[in-house]
Amino acid sequence: MTDIIDRLAGVRPGGSVDALRRHRPATRDNAQASYDALFTDPDERHASLAERASVAQFVAILHDDEVAATHYGALTRSAGGDALADAVADAATAARTEGPYGEYPADGPLAAESVPGPRLTLDDAARAVLGERLAAALGHAHLLVFRPRESSAVALATLADAGWSTDGIVTLSQLVSFLAFQLRVAAGLRLLTTKDAA
Amino acid sequence: MTETTITTDAVTTTSTDGAGDAPVRILEHPGASVPLAFTQDELGWLPWLEPADEATLTERQYAGLVDRSRVKSDYFRLLVRDPDILRARTLTDKDIFYNAADGLGRAERELAAAATSRFNGCIFCASVHARFATHHSKRHDDVQRLLDLGVGAEQDALWRAVVDAAVALAATPSRLESEHLEALRDAGLDEQAVSDVIHSAAFFNWANRLMLSLGEPEEPRTGEAGG
Repeated sequence: MTDIIDRLAGVRPGGSVDALRRHRPATRDNAQASYDALFTDPDERHASLAERASVAQFVAILHDDEVAATHYGALTRSAGGDALADAVADAATAARTEGPYGEYPADGPLAAESVPGPRLTLDDAARAVLGERLAAALGHAHLLVFRPRESSAVALATLADAGWSTDGIVTLSQLVSFLAFQLRVAAGLRLLTTKDAA
Repeated sequence: MTETTITTDAVTTTSTDGAGDAPVRILEHPGASVPLAFTQDELGWLPWLEPADEATLTERQYAGLVDRSRVKSDYFRLLVRDPDILRARTLTDKDIFYNAADGLGRAERELAAAATSRFNGCIFCASVHARFATHHSKRHDDVQRLLDLGVGAEQDALWRAVVDAAVALAATPSRLESEHLEALRDAGLDEQAVSDVIHSAAFFNWANRLMLSLGEPEEPRTGEAGG
């Protein structure tokens, strides 16, 4: 069975990066188990596969990771259809920026480190394709990707009002947070792989 | 539809969705003393959603907790609402940070975690892993400088290279370049240790977002949620 991080990072079987990864089998196996728990035949009662794939595609594009965006985009297409994948791609492409940024409490010692930045905005056409639940999920993903320090109870209430259950919010949080890990491991290993090939 | 009620220690907002699920109870903690600065002190953590009820946990959920004692943590009992990803996350975490027979030293793994948390703004995660970095390095003042002055604060060559690589990787999109990895090698790390820096730093982009998104830190009290 193909290892997803190997695929995303272009790890060559038998090469030096493959050896580094196989020297840490618990990390390698459980990074894969994490992906499987979220995307391979998941419990869809609280978050459907189309929703999971859409959020992942969106997050991959925000990370400017073309390989991952293609992978998760294909998953969105198969689980939710072309119109959905196209709407997610358009929303993500328009929402790309650089993070982390965000406000610290204005009355605290970290206020000087506050950095303003954009929030996700979706037009009516995008909302019509995405639906209320997924529009809220993408807004939350944008928050967690770019300004995690601005997370709030109010942000969770927004998800709840859009139809997300408590279990669904936990899964959504894990999914976005896991991708922040997976995409960075892939980005780092690509640099090691480049050295491997040199 | 939302309805707000005030209980003894938390303001609870209940949202009812149309899908027939139990209503979502949003827990706010207006009386909590939320830390405003980075610290090595032990902090508490208050969930914004209801943790799973200990009395109804399934064996699959206990498997998700990995360590049965974690049932006493609000953080893990909230995450165990999705047990399979929690289990895989926890086993990934343990191997990246505790499998230290070779490769990167424990102190530098914790430093990568602390620097990532400082840069992303996770006061809770930074408190735990700054404390661990101090424990393993015996370099309290160097760790405190990272917390007080930030990721640009002066450090020796190895710690400079670890902090710089962690911060570059924490940016979205990642700004990590081959030069960061060369600096790690120049500071004496072998390839396994360089890979360990990547994994330790990458993992805290996961941990930070979980802790930040689902609750908030609270000024010192006993007990530790982990991270």
